[in-house]
Amino acid sequence: MIPLSWYLIFAALLFCIGLYGVLARRNAVGVLMGIELMLNAVNVNLLAFWRYLYTGTGAQVFVAVVLVAAAAEAVIGLALIISAYRRRKTVAADEMTLLKG
Amino acid sequence: MTPLQIIFLIVAVLTLGCAVMVVSTKRMMHAALWLVMTLLGVAVTFATLESAFFTVVQVVVYIGAIAILIIFAVMLTRPEIQEKEPALNRGAWLAGLAALLVFAGLAAGLSLLPSFGSQRPPAAVEDIAALGAALVSPDAYVIPFEVASVLLIGALIGAIYVTGSQQQP
Repeated sequence: MIPLSWYLIFAALLFCIGLYGVLARRNAVGVLMGIELMLNAVNVNLLAFWRYLYTGTGAQVFVAVVLVAAAAEAVIGLALIISAYRRRKTVAADEMTLLKG
Repeated sequence: MTPLQIIFLIVAVLTLGCAVMVVSTKRMMHAALWLVMTLLGVAVTFATLESAFFTVVQVVVYIGAIAILIIFAVMLTRPEIQEKEPALNRGAWLAGLAALLVFAGLAAGLSLLPSFGSQRPPAAVEDIAALGAALVSPDAYVIPFEVASVLLIGALIGAIYVTGSQQQP
């Protein structure tokens, strides 16, 4: 059978790839894709702990709440990016300087 | 090596490869399609964890809704000059260093867990009826359920408000 460590290492690698995407991408939509990868890694971890250690409903509720938060985050993030694109005609994260005085 | 281990390793390598393509490919539409493949790989990982419900939810919510939303955002925000500019910002090597350091820290911390190499208990225990009952039971998780509902309504109204106003600054 698969030991728990395989899932944990897989999720850690996925999280770090997502972190690299968040930090290194210029396109703001690419940054959101990196955040989605990180949230998926968190869900893999939660479901692995649910299967191996805590076989109750609590971990499943946790996974469902993370899913809802990911959906809300994607909706709001993409709405903000589209709104900023309408005003500035750019989606580069380092050119979004609307708040600079 | 059992067949489940071989399946897990193949899916894990494919998923991580697709994830690397998501963060490194130049064209955002290709990155969105690689993201769909990555989400599918994570769904198969959920299936190897014997969680049928979250496998279906992953396919429906992530691939069916969030990935399509991201593809629409890529199509709505596509300037012509974007393809020629660099896809990564100037501090990309710092980002790679930070990701490597975070992975080293995570691996070191995880290997200290007493349950790091534990095997799974034999019985498959996914009880969707109990999950549904726990979500609406007052002495279980009805408060997080309602907070999640309010969060979704807030996201819906906020998205309509932010993108609906057409006036220019």
